[in-house]
Amino acid sequence: MIRLDELTKVFGTPAGDITAADRIDMEVPEGEICVLLGPSGCGKTTTMKMVNRLVEPTSGRIFIDGTDVTKTDPITLRRRIGYVIQQIGLFPNKTVEENICAVPDLLGWDRKKSRSRAAELLELVALDPAVFLKRFPKELSGGQQQRVGVIRALAADPPVMLMDEPFGAIDPINREVIQDEFLRMQSEIKKTIMFVSHDIDEAVKMADRIAIFDSGKLIQYDTPDDLLAHPKNNFIADFVGGDRTLKRLRLITVEEAMMKDPPRVTADDSLSDAVAKMEEHGHQSIIMVGPRGRARGAIRLSDARGQKGRVGEHYSKLPTTVRINEDLRNAVSAMFSADETWLACVDDDGNYKGYITQRGITHILGATYRDQ
Amino acid sequence: MNRAASEDANVRTYEDDGFRDTDYQAAGRTRNRLKSGIDRLAGAMRLADAIGAGTLKRFNGVIYALALFALGAWAWASGILQSIWELRDDVIYLTFGEWRDVTEFLSGDFSATLQHIPLVLVSGLLAILVGVPFGVWLSRPYMARYAEALMQVLNVGTTIPTLAILALSMSVLGIGSLPAVFGLFVATLLPIVRNAYAGCSSVPSHLIESATGMGMTPRQIMMRVEVPNALFVIFAGIRTALAINVGTVPLAFLIGGGGLGELIFQGIALNDFGMMLAGAIPVALLAVFVDFLLAQGQYWLVPRGVNPLR
Repeated sequence: MIRLDELTKVFGTPAGDITAADRIDMEVPEGEICVLLGPSGCGKTTTMKMVNRLVEPTSGRIFIDGTDVTKTDPITLRRRIGYVIQQIGLFPNKTVEENICAVPDLLGWDRKKSRSRAAELLELVALDPAVFLKRFPKELSGGQQQRVGVIRALAADPPVMLMDEPFGAIDPINREVIQDEFLRMQSEIKKTIMFVSHDIDEAVKMADRIAIFDSGKLIQYDTPDDLLAHPKNNFIADFVGGDRTLKRLRLITVEEAMMKDPPRVTADDSLSDAVAKMEEHGHQSIIMVGPRGRARGAIRLSDARGQKGRVGEHYSKLPTTVRINEDLRNAVSAMFSADETWLACVDDDGNYKGYITQRGITHILGATYRDQ
Repeated sequence: MNRAASEDANVRTYEDDGFRDTDYQAAGRTRNRLKSGIDRLAGAMRLADAIGAGTLKRFNGVIYALALFALGAWAWASGILQSIWELRDDVIYLTFGEWRDVTEFLSGDFSATLQHIPLVLVSGLLAILVGVPFGVWLSRPYMARYAEALMQVLNVGTTIPTLAILALSMSVLGIGSLPAVFGLFVATLLPIVRNAYAGCSSVPSHLIESATGMGMTPRQIMMRVEVPNALFVIFAGIRTALAINVGTVPLAFLIGGGGLGELIFQGIALNDFGMMLAGAIPVALLAVFVDFLLAQGQYWLVPRGVNPLR
């Protein structure tokens, strides 16, 4: 847990004092990612750097796990805080292994222990230790360097991590991959993370909470969904963008938005049964499942009505399905590309779990605005 | 911010062996002469290649052997080889000196005379031991205010010809090996300090930031990050400095310092071509050898991650 209490930083310049951070009050709960967001010069980086005292606060206090660290020795403090910067800052003179073990070595860990930890961490980010331990940073690609940069910060298992635009210098495709990888890692290691970014999409994706800064002040501190749904003022509304409701699609999974326990038919059912089921629910079509519950195809009401025979003889193939753990953005994208107004939702094994409609999606997104 | 500024200025580093500056001409003379000779030989070989155009290529070895034989025959016939050979004891003594003299000199008896290699070793090692730490010290943040000014003083110092440094040194310390060592030390010091300073201050600031952020003390940052990352540039400075040193040592004879200069200058004075070559050839070989040794050191001692040669 990180708590900032009236944290202030004033830089004295020849042109007069500049308040880079103005009485910042916030708390990052244990195990959550808090993204500090804002335009450049808004004070987000200064605020983060005060936590590990790379910038000495003018006034105010910082608590980590309940203890006031404002007056502790910065060297000991920093060794307990993982730190990742945009330029990565791997030491070119050291091998990957020595880089990862930098903090454990500072802390005087047993060599064997830290070296085996380095190998372990490399595996965590899908880099083969046999190949990479003895390499030098210049022999890695940008993405690999960034991964090593992140696990170097994790090496001494610090409870708290500070990340300064850690994925900013990576190409968009690799960035997505590394972000996903990092989120997967975070779901296991559960660090308390302060993460500086200027990219609203990255923030929405990574954050449990977002803090938006403007000219040294903390303007809004909320969950991504609340921030997108209820921006506090025009500055934030502009900053998160006119398409902010679309950005919320990312935050909701298909499972949350779908209709559960839908009606279904099997190949052996007769068409009249299918028609009866559709009319009972008021549906225009119905999903046919296989013997183990996998979504196999669909029957349209207009095709089935007045026909005789079994479902298995008349069904049409499903254009596409969507998995229940995907976010709504993918679902909508699939709908648009298949020119459908609804999609069957399946789990990882392909079992039919529910259906999702355009109407349902607009309803769930609109709900938060209607409540007001 | 000082770091950024100095990165811009970045002084001139001696990464390539630049014998451009006039004051290094003395140092480079023997070397250049040797080099131009090799160039000419290589040119001749290329010409032979062009003429031979394939058919004669298989006789390359024969051509080399013949050329070498002709050279040897000419040297023998002119009597130079014999006169060099007669001076072999002098050459060996003036090159290596005697161990007793070195120990006496190092224990404070400056009346002992150092010969060629001891002069290089004593003055060179002294310059490295003083120059590297001094350059690194200049790159410390708290020195930033004075460092640039001091570097300018050193830059001015570099423009003083080495012969003048030796003369100045003699006018203060008298004659003998002591003023020679001191003069050589000063002449050698400058490139070493300059490169150590430039190397350390051009370490990218994000490395310093990430080192600070992970909890290194300033001393740890210096020893584990800055110096290792500047090592290649530091080595380049040492290489240049010692090339200057080896090339200047013959001049030490002029202030009573000993060394192979004795044969060269006496050979010139007596118009004794053989004696002159007996001094000049070992000096040239020694310069090439020292540079070779340092190049090997640079190749193997600088960590692979920051070594552009590997």
